[in-house]
Amino acid sequence: MLGQERSRSFTATAILFLLPAVAFYVVYMLLPIPMSFYYSLFKWDGISPTKVYSGLSNWDEMLHDTIFWGALRNNIVLVVLSILIQLPIGLILGVLLTSRIRFVKLFKTVYFIPMLLSSVAIGLLWKYIYDPTFGLLNSFLRLIGLQHLTTGWLGDPATALFSVIGTICWQYIPFYMILFMAAIVGIPDELYEAAKIDGASDLGCFRHVTLPLLRGTISMASILSLVGSLKYFDLIYVMTEGGPNHSTELMATYMYKKAFHSFEMGYGSAVAVAMFAISLIAAVAVMGVTQYDARAL
Amino acid sequence: MREFTRLLLYAAAFIWLMITGYPFVFMVQTSLKGQMDFFTQSIWALPVPCRVANYDEVLRTGFLRYFGNSAFVTVISVTLILLVASLASYVLSRLPFRFNRFILVAFMAGMMIPVHIMLIPVYVLTRRMGLYGSLLGLVGPYVAFNLPVAIFILTGFMKELPRELEDAAYIDGCSPAGTFWRVVLPLSSPALSTIAVYNFIILWNEFIFALVLLNDPKKWTLTMGLWNYQGQYGMNIPLIMAALSMSTLPLILFYILSQEKVVKGMVAGALKG
Repeated sequence: MLGQERSRSFTATAILFLLPAVAFYVVYMLLPIPMSFYYSLFKWDGISPTKVYSGLSNWDEMLHDTIFWGALRNNIVLVVLSILIQLPIGLILGVLLTSRIRFVKLFKTVYFIPMLLSSVAIGLLWKYIYDPTFGLLNSFLRLIGLQHLTTGWLGDPATALFSVIGTICWQYIPFYMILFMAAIVGIPDELYEAAKIDGASDLGCFRHVTLPLLRGTISMASILSLVGSLKYFDLIYVMTEGGPNHSTELMATYMYKKAFHSFEMGYGSAVAVAMFAISLIAAVAVMGVTQYDARAL
Repeated sequence: MREFTRLLLYAAAFIWLMITGYPFVFMVQTSLKGQMDFFTQSIWALPVPCRVANYDEVLRTGFLRYFGNSAFVTVISVTLILLVASLASYVLSRLPFRFNRFILVAFMAGMMIPVHIMLIPVYVLTRRMGLYGSLLGLVGPYVAFNLPVAIFILTGFMKELPRELEDAAYIDGCSPAGTFWRVVLPLSSPALSTIAVYNFIILWNEFIFALVLLNDPKKWTLTMGLWNYQGQYGMNIPLIMAALSMSTLPLILFYILSQEKVVKGMVAGALKG
């Protein structure tokens, strides 16, 4: 049935249909990668027609820039704490919502809401929750007699990063909760019945049935959390703009500020390319590790 | 012992309900207070007398315009994403085109590209195209950045459609384009609606490209408007809470009305992305 005429019209259609997608993709996603590297070789404000070629001096400067290294360190703290906080709580909530308790629908509906809102709205809301005088958190601590724990939260370099990470966890835990819920629902009931017959308690069922079967989901969740944490921007920018004194600076906020506040587009591009390279290496490394894990299963 | 476990479960469920839900109660409660009342009373005090004056004020400062701008950009971008992605996915999943494999892999790699590497080149490009400061300038990056996930979901879905349908259409004299439009596209509507919901929420909430590509307050999207609100009215906490309530409650309402669809869309998109 596949005559030559039909296959020729296939090729024409294929090219025509693919063209818009390929055009958008090449112009806005692929070309920017070499362009960013190219810009990183210049001193340039992004607007004036003259760029001054400066070789690798932006890169040299970046490698000696303590703020950049601090930002990278903060990114790593964010990655580690995100995985250590979001995954366990997401798992507990997932178990909770799949167990036979009442009002499950209400709980599920409310728990998911943070996923829907913009980071800008969440950042603003939490900025006022952390407010030293009028904030919800300090007021609550005073209410239950823990005045000595009240502090400036976002204003204090010692607590700012952890406060912001708290909000990030609040925003993303619902996602991991849904992920684990879907995986738990997929576990056949017979396994639990068999475990019960063998005399396992509720906790025993969780440890010996649920947890081992969720290994794949857990490693996938770790990858998503890692990749997401390395490119984090919105919420931190809204809540602290990387301050006070760069204590919450991330690679993305630093890159944005260099490029669009101080108009050092060349330097900003160098940071962007470094970010790209670090994310790529991390993603490939984690995928290698988890693939190894999957085979070991 | 079992009673104790149950009690523990309910306690945990209730505590998380408070942690997630109470900030929104605080937001709405505060938005109904006057600025003086808020500063002089305890923050736990109920908003008596209840004032909607803050909402009037938010509306007067042109908040509806931000809604309109966000709706404009989001609707155009989501429509384009659906159209462009389904055209490409049709070829990638159903036509025997020689470069299909290569193109699909290239698109999938795009899901790994972090948005920040695109920021400076897209800013420069948008200026050159004369679209800087215009809402249409956002459409290009919005479409491009969301294409890979959409193509990934759609290609997977279209592959599962039965081959016979196409052969039947061909015998009836349909061209490949006609088959796409009359047969494959209508059958793909479940996948299309998942993608539409996911992209709608992502783009409605988008911030960083709006921050970089818009300069004129008249063109601000909702996230930009909100963000600038805190700079302008930072000390008037009840007013900001009113603006926050107005911008978040419609989305929450939409979610409560079509919960399954939204959860499914968000998870499908985030997993593939």
